[in-house]
Order: sequence, then structure tokens, then C-alpha cells
Amino acid sequence: MDTASEETPLLQMEGISKRYGGVRALEDADLVVHAGRIHAILGENGAGKSTLIKVMSGVVAPDQGRIVLDGREVTFDSPAAANRAGVVCIFQELSLIPELSVADNIVISDPPKKFGMIDRKAQRRIAEEALARAGASDIHPSALVKDLPLSRRQMVEIAKALARKPRILILDEATSALTAADVSKVFDVLKRLREEGLALLYISHRMHEIAELADDCTVFRNGRKIATYKAGTKSDTEVIELMIGREYQNVFPPKSAANSTAKPILECRGLTWTDRLTDISFAVRPGEVIGLGGLDGQGQRELLLALFGVLRGCSGEVVIDGKPVRLGSPAQASSGEIGMALIPEDRKTEGLMLPMSVRENLAFSAMDKVSKHGIIDRAAEDRLLDEMVKLLAIKTAGLEVPVGALSGGNQQKVVIAKWLMRHPRIILLNDPTRGIDVGTKQEIYQLLRRLADEGAAIVFYSTDYDELIGCCDRVLVLYDGAIKRELAGDEITEHALIASALNIDVAQAEKMARAHP
Amino acid sequence: MSDTVTSGGAMSRMPKLLRNADPAVATAFACIVALLVFGSLYSPSFLSPEYLLQQLKVASFLGVIATGMMLVILLGQIDLSVPWAVATGAMMASAAAAFGPTGVALAIPFGILCGVLIGVVNGIGVAYLRIPSMIVTLATNAVAQGLMVVYTGGFSPQDSATAAMRYLATGSLIPGVPNAVIVWALIGAATVFLLTRTTFGRSVYAIGNRERAAYLSGVDTRRIVLIAFAIAGGLSAFGGVLLAGYASKAAQSMGDAYLLPAIAAVVLGGTSILGGRGSYLGTVAGIILITLLQSILSVMQMPEAGRQIIYGVVIVSMLLLYGRAPASR
Amino acid sequence: MSEWRFWFAAQKGTLLALGIFVAMFILYTSNHPAGFTANVVQTASNKGVLLAFVAMAQTLVVITAGIDLSVGMIFLLTNCLASWLVVGGPVETTLGVIAVLFVGILCGALNGAIVIYGRLQPIVATIATGAVYFGIALLLRPFPGGSVNEDLADALTGRLFGFVPASLVTLLATVLIIWVPFSRSVYGRAAYAAGSSEVAAYMSGVPIKRGKFLAYTLAGLLASIGGLFLTFFTYTGEAAYASGNAYTLFSIAAVVLGGVSLFGGRGSVIGAIFGAFAFRTIGDLLFVFDLDPLWQPLFQGVVLLLAVSLGAFALFRVKNRLEWFG
Repeated sequence: MDTASEETPLLQMEGISKRYGGVRALEDADLVVHAGRIHAILGENGAGKSTLIKVMSGVVAPDQGRIVLDGREVTFDSPAAANRAGVVCIFQELSLIPELSVADNIVISDPPKKFGMIDRKAQRRIAEEALARAGASDIHPSALVKDLPLSRRQMVEIAKALARKPRILILDEATSALTAADVSKVFDVLKRLREEGLALLYISHRMHEIAELADDCTVFRNGRKIATYKAGTKSDTEVIELMIGREYQNVFPPKSAANSTAKPILECRGLTWTDRLTDISFAVRPGEVIGLGGLDGQGQRELLLALFGVLRGCSGEVVIDGKPVRLGSPAQASSGEIGMALIPEDRKTEGLMLPMSVRENLAFSAMDKVSKHGIIDRAAEDRLLDEMVKLLAIKTAGLEVPVGALSGGNQQKVVIAKWLMRHPRIILLNDPTRGIDVGTKQEIYQLLRRLADEGAAIVFYSTDYDELIGCCDRVLVLYDGAIKRELAGDEITEHALIASALNIDVAQAEKMARAHP
Repeated sequence: MSDTVTSGGAMSRMPKLLRNADPAVATAFACIVALLVFGSLYSPSFLSPEYLLQQLKVASFLGVIATGMMLVILLGQIDLSVPWAVATGAMMASAAAAFGPTGVALAIPFGILCGVLIGVVNGIGVAYLRIPSMIVTLATNAVAQGLMVVYTGGFSPQDSATAAMRYLATGSLIPGVPNAVIVWALIGAATVFLLTRTTFGRSVYAIGNRERAAYLSGVDTRRIVLIAFAIAGGLSAFGGVLLAGYASKAAQSMGDAYLLPAIAAVVLGGTSILGGRGSYLGTVAGIILITLLQSILSVMQMPEAGRQIIYGVVIVSMLLLYGRAPASR
Repeated sequence: MSEWRFWFAAQKGTLLALGIFVAMFILYTSNHPAGFTANVVQTASNKGVLLAFVAMAQTLVVITAGIDLSVGMIFLLTNCLASWLVVGGPVETTLGVIAVLFVGILCGALNGAIVIYGRLQPIVATIATGAVYFGIALLLRPFPGGSVNEDLADALTGRLFGFVPASLVTLLATVLIIWVPFSRSVYGRAAYAAGSSEVAAYMSGVPIKRGKFLAYTLAGLLASIGGLFLTFFTYTGEAAYASGNAYTLFSIAAVVLGGVSLFGGRGSVIGAIFGAFAFRTIGDLLFVFDLDPLWQPLFQGVVLLLAVSLGAFALFRVKNRLEWFG
């Protein structure tokens, strides 16, 4: 381990493990952070970076391992406790209170007081100082946070963190919403903070930012620390090598020869929605499995929701069977003539009614198929449901069991099965294998391919690059709400996916792919 | 977010009836038995069939109203327009009777229709304008009150109930069994059917559990909410029609005494105030429980003040026992 | 300059309520047979102040994204209590006032404890506690009656310097003594933060529970000040169920008119006060136009329904339909 300096580290994390249900997010992870340095954390989706930060900043408690600050072991039972110890994190999901002013937010955890009341003058002064330090003097301390655009809010978030006088400042994708001008201001701030002796942890997917800022880098993969090295000692190619190279544990069904003559079922022309989706165009033919790739949160979720009629104010065209359609609700999208289905992102809040029975959940999207004049035909329902349970091999003690009592994998099968009851022609999947066991994953891959072979068009978003490679005929890589690259057939490699997801020069990545077959 | 998957493994293998009989319903029935025992100590006639039938008859007015309230609460909403939906139903039905034979014939449907209209306004506000149900229904309650005050001139209306209304509320088609009880039984049976055997019922439970998931499953959740509120309004008004029949005429604030008991009956019967969970059996238990409680308090000659206090205390303490929201982190 | 802009944006709701009130009041006095006289102002202020206190109470709870359907009943209960206790010499009267206010605090604290620590939904919890408070009020005053220290009552409902209504001065004092310190304290800010975004507030280490509890408790106190004033106006105590309900309902209307968001986190007591006065004046407009007072409840109901529907306009800005479901 070639750590960057020989002095005692400010913070050490040793042997940290954390599991969520059956999924291990962190496994025996280490990290050493020194004062006066900027430490970049790298890793692809699900490598364990976010969990590491959450542990460090007191949001989640680790199952195992210890945190040593200034040579003393500490435990943080809340974000506030971590703050008091000088560990401050700027989270991706904002922690600002929308209805309060910028100044109110900046001092929120420890406002200055006079006679027991909040001293507004002092508060104003602190806020102005913090904003100035963050290079955001253009933001008025009296403005309400909810009236600020996202990039300004992010700057307030940074100012708020600075006002807490941190010793360790963690920035988790803190620049993702910023404009280029802001980014350079923030970089100046970060460099100054480094000189002031703070330790900075910097998580970003933007390689050029890391190249500019970082002193040390640590790469995570599959919840483990893979390597720590001094910035500039490894090329982008080598870094990507470190980030991938996970063990292949999935077996995928063979892809069928694509029928390129068939007419597309679903076409999307210039689809645009607020600033989250920009000019998305693509077509899906029956029998095709189209993957959506890219880093998490680049507009994939919004694209699926837009297709399914959930988003308002979309411009551009959605074309089904050659005819432009306007879908205003999931009810329309899933109707007979459109035949669309969406397996949503979060099965617990969007896919299932957990306390309700398997029966009620399975039949819910297809109630018109098991009822007459709104009255449910129990016999017909039983027949169809039994078939479906057998088809997908859902392990349940019966149809009356609350669906919440099933395992994660079986819950996900119920979500898929409830849509298959409608025999959809267009199936949209939003990361359907997140947090489920390997066996069920295999079954889902087989099922997807079989459905495609039977003529369905499938659009499949996954945060797992293996799946995109193994399942998809084509992959659209999204970056910042737009399609950056379309990969087809043999082009779909982990190198190409990561390179285009990180928006690195593609030619270089391809060269690299040829050099390391 | 948080992993609050139910650990219903053992529960699920029990037969449906037992599984549905959650602790709340069992507690409610236990309380009914306790009240009956307590009451019989007070007066031996408490267990006589006549007295019990009389209680059922009184309960059936609350039963009709609470049925509508249950539908709305299952959605995770609430209907505070009950007081004046009840009064409107009663007054409008009686008023219709003044318009000759056609009016007399249409009195009951007309009263119910007025309640449905109130419910539709509630439903539009909640489902389409996304105003919190508590606020919309308070507002429609005020509007209904205003309309009725204008109509009646602020006094008890002079119109009296039609013979049909009186017959429904006080007569008995089957000797010994009051018609009001039959009406409630029919409405109850229809509700059980609606909730357990129809797509509408499934949707109501689903929306109460997770409207987002129901919407993404392709159900027009807004329409379901609108219909449920309309039914609730109609049932409140029908309750008013029956009450007017019982008392022979409508009265200004006749509905005030039914809001709290209706909510209490539903919630004490184990229906979650957050929606999505509850059985009609529980609501029946809650209705009988409330009615017996009222009856005993009046037998004991407890003044109105004591009754109100006991209601409030009983509701809060039973809810603290089993109706709490999950602890936040 | 730009400072003004932010102040204006923050006070938009309050200013709108003030505007509505001023317009309605001008309309009212200009058509009033007696015109703009000290008497007319005094009567209007006395009526408005009652609702203003209850609306202030409601505001505190609504800011935390809760609701208090028992305010009207606390108002009645303290009225009935005052008609027993606020009598006799100066010492007894003072003790009586303190006792009445203490009972108000107790009621509010009970609501807060049940909602925050008992984790019951505010709506059911306060409907139930409202029944209890009403029951106690009825125990105290089965029939309207009682009396009050009339010197104090006349002083607080009369005029200072011949033209300033004393009730308005009391209202102002209450704002200065209760609202200003609360809104500028850490707990007041916690109440706003919890109402606006409980998760963000938690992440920021804000004392959410204590802030909410204080809001409920002070709401009880404010409602009891309202109850005291009702006693000063009527010289009696009366447990009128309809009146308690009406005050609860009108307090919500006043809060909405006053620019307080029912979803929590936004608005101020000042706005709610103007909302209360505006609502009262709108209701009284019917009198000066010689319309049948019978129309008043309907008129008020329609104003309320329109006021709550205004918030729905935000719906048209929602781009993602999933946001409908919170």
C-alpha cells in the first residue's frame, strides 16, 4: 500500500462491512485519509462508494469494522454526531430545507444566538462569509432555497458545509449539477481548503475533474477497496482496468439473430422533457432487447417514465406501430392497443402493495382480464394466477400470502408476472435485478429473451454492465439526459460501456479494448 | 426505503377469516362482550332480545353513515362533510315530499342524490385538485350548511318525512326485525361484496396502500377516489334520510352527532387511518361498540359532557394501543 | 433594493391577505350606515380579534405540516373556565387569568404529546381530544352563564385614547410576546424546517420533535387567549358545539387566506391575522349591503372552498405525475 504521506492519517477506516438484506454493499473495506490532501474515490455503479460515505458521515451504521479519527476510535450514530467531530458530507440528494432562506439553511444546525433568539445579523454575516468562501457571492442570503435553480442550491449546500468548519469534507458527486463556471470556482475553493489543511474526499465520475484535483485516488469494486495510488501515476486505461474486471457470475441465454426487416413497434423521435431528457431518438423492433446504459441518474428513469405516460410536458414524438400517440397515463399506455408495461424502479413503493396478498397484486394490472362488469371471477382468476405462478416459478405458500412476506427475488417475479398477465408487446424495465439473488436474475434473463423471441420489444435499463452486455442486442448509453452513444452487437463491451458512460474519448477506449481483448 | 417487510409467514397459513380478524377486530368484539356484561350488571333487561334489537336499530343509522366513512378511510382519506351531508339528505328528502306525489315517490332518491353531489365535489377536490381531503371536506361541509341555512331560513324545516322514509326507519317488514336493520344489513352485504369481489374494491385497498403503485399499474386512481367519495356522500345522505324518517322530520344540526362516532367506529374496528387495511367486520364491531357505549352511558344517565369525554378518551387510548404510525428512524 | 425584493417575496401571502382585508374593510365602512367611526372600528376589531387568536393557534400547528381540529374546542373550554375563574378582585382575577392560560397550554401540550410522541395522525388525535375538551367545557357550563371581572373585560374590549381598540393592542402584544420570540428561536425554525422537509431537517440535525411540540403547546396557549377574550365580550361562558366547530373551520379558512401553506413550512401568524380579519369582514359585508344574514354561512363556505382550491394551481406546474402521490 503506497499511501501518500508518512504522517499519521487524519481518518482511518478499517475492515468496514455493510449488508443490506442479502446484498453486500461493502466487504472489509479500508480507507486512509490525510489532512491537506484531496482524495478521489472511484468505482462504477454499486461499487460501494455511497455506502462508504454514508458510514463515514453517520447516516448508516456499519455491520463490522472501525473508524479511527486522530488516532482514536469513534462511532457516529447520526449525521449530527459526525458533524460535531468535523466530518461533513455534501450529499447527492440535497439536505436543504426548501421553504427556508439561504442564510437560514447555512446556519441550520447551529444558529448564532443572542438572548436565546437567533441573531439574524450574525446569521447573515456567517452566511455571507460562507457563500463568499464557496465562491457563490452571487447568491443572496435572503433568497428562499426553493426559488433557486439546482446549480445554485448545490452551491448553497457547499457553503452550508463550509460554515460547519469541517476537518474532513466529503463531496459526493457535488459537481454533477453545476455549470462549468461554478465547477472551476468550486475547484479553487477546494484547492484553498486543501492548503488550509482540510482533508477532502471527492467522489466523481468525471475523470478530468479527478485528474485536475486529486492527490490520491482509491478504486472500489464490488464493495472492496482495490487499490490506492497517487494521482497521475496511472493512465485512464489503467484506471478503467481497475474499475472493471469483476468476476462473471451470470450466465446469459444466447441472443437470437435480430430480424432487421421487421417494422419497429416503438419509436421515439426527439423526446425532450425539462432539462432531464434532451432529444432522445431511437426505435425498437419486435424481438429486440434494447439496453439503456450509462451512470445512474443520467435520465434513464425519466425516459422510461416518459414513454409510459407519466411525465407531463414532453416534446417530441412517441410512435407506436408507425402511428404517433399521446400517452397521458399508465392506464392509456397499458391499454390493449398500445400494450406497454413498465417494471418500475422500486418494487416496494411503485411495483407492489406489500401488505396485500399475492393474488391481489398479481391480478391488479389485469383486473379487466379476470372480471366481468367489474365483478371478479374467482375461478378464472385462480386459473390464470396458478398458470403465472407456475410459469415464473414464484415461490409462495399460496395466493393469499401477503406479497411482503416473499423474498426479494420472488417479489420481483410478482411484479413482472403481474404485467405478463396482460401479454404486453412493449416491456420497459427499470433496473429489474437490483438487490435480488443470482438464481432469480438468471431466470429473469431467460424470461426476457423468451419474451423477445415471442415478439415483444424490450427496453431494459440496468446499472449492471454485465447484464447489458449479456442481454441486449443494442445499448443506448445516456449521459446528462441525452444519448451519447449507441452500441450494437460486438461493440457492447465493458470498456466501451464505461468509457462512454464516463464520457471519455471513445476512440481511445476502443483502442484500449483492442489492446486488452 | 426502510425494510419494513411484514413478517407474516406464520399468519399467512391461517384461514382467511382468522387472518382477517386482526387484533383490533378481536379487541373490539371483546369490548362489546365486556360492555354487555357490564350493562347486564346494571340492569337485567340489558340482555333481553327487545333491548338488543333496539340497539341494533339505533346502530343501523350510524352503520349506514360509517360505511361511507370506511370507504374513504380505506383510501387513506377522511370525510369531514358527514354532518351536513346527513342533514342535507334529510332536509332535501323531506323537502321533495312537498312537491306532490312525484316528489313523495322521489324523496329518498333525491335526498341521496344531494349527498352524492356533495361527495362528488369532495372527490374532485381530493382526486383531481389534490387538496387534502380534510380541508376540502370541511369546506364542502360549510357550503352544504350554508345552502341548508338559506333553504330552511335557519329554523328546523317544516316539511315532514314521507311515509316511505318513516317505514324504512321505523317499520318492520319481517315481524320483530326493524327495517332499519335490514337496510343496514343489505348495505353491509353490498359493501362486503364491493370490497372483496370487485375490481373497484381491490383498487380502493391498493390506493390506500400505495397510490403510486396503483397508478403505475394502470389503474385510473383518480376516478376510483372520486367514486368512493361520491358513494360516501350518498351513504351519509341516506343515513340522514333514515334519521329523518325515524324522527319524522329533519333538524338543523342532526348530523353533528355522527361525525366523530363514524370515524371512531371505523378506526376502532381496525381500519388503518392511513388507509389500505381494514375489514367491514371490524367496522360492524366498531359501530356496535360505539352504540352500546352510548346506550350504557345514557342508561347510566351520563350527561352529554361525560359522553364526549369518554368518547375522546376511548378513541385516543385504543388508537395508542394499535393505531400508531411506525416509528421514524 | 434587492433586499426589498426578497422581503416582498417572503411576505407575499401576508401582503395579499392585508390587501384583501383593506379592500374589504374600505368596502365595508364606506357602505356602513355609521361610516368610519371609532365605534365601527372597535366592533369590527373585537369580532376579528377572536378569530385572529384562534387562527394564530392554527397557524403554529399548520406550519409543522399538522392540523389542529381541537382549537375551537380549546377556545370554548377556556371560555367556560374563564367564566368561573376570572372574577373577583385584582388578585383573584390575575390568578384566574393565569389558570385559564395554563389550561390552554396543557391542552396544546396534550395534543402535541399524542401526535408527536404517541405518533397518531394529527387529524384523528385532535378530533378526539377536541371531544374531550368540549366535554369538559360542557361539564363546566351545562347552560350558558357565569360572569367575568367586568372592569377588566371593559378595559380590554374598549378603546385606548378614545380611538385605538384595546383588543387590537392586546393582539399586537401577543404577537410581540409569543410569536416573535418563537419564530426567531431555534425551535421555531425547527418547526418550519420539519414542516417543509422532515428528511432534510433530520439530516441537518434540527430538533424536530421539540420544535413541533412547542408549536402545539403554544397553539393551545393562543387558543386560550382567544377564549379569555370571548369571555370578555360576552361576560358569560357557553359550551356551544356549533360555535366551537365554526371557529375551527374559520381558523383554517383564515390560515389559507393568510398565505400559510397547509402542506407546512410556509407562512406566518401575521398573515393568518390579516386572513382572519379579511374573512370576518367578508362575512360582515352582507350586513352592510342589507342582504339577508341567512346567506352568511353559505357565503363564508363558498369563500372557504375557493380559498382552498387556490392552492391547486400549483398542480399545473407539476411535470412528473408521480409527484401527485407525494
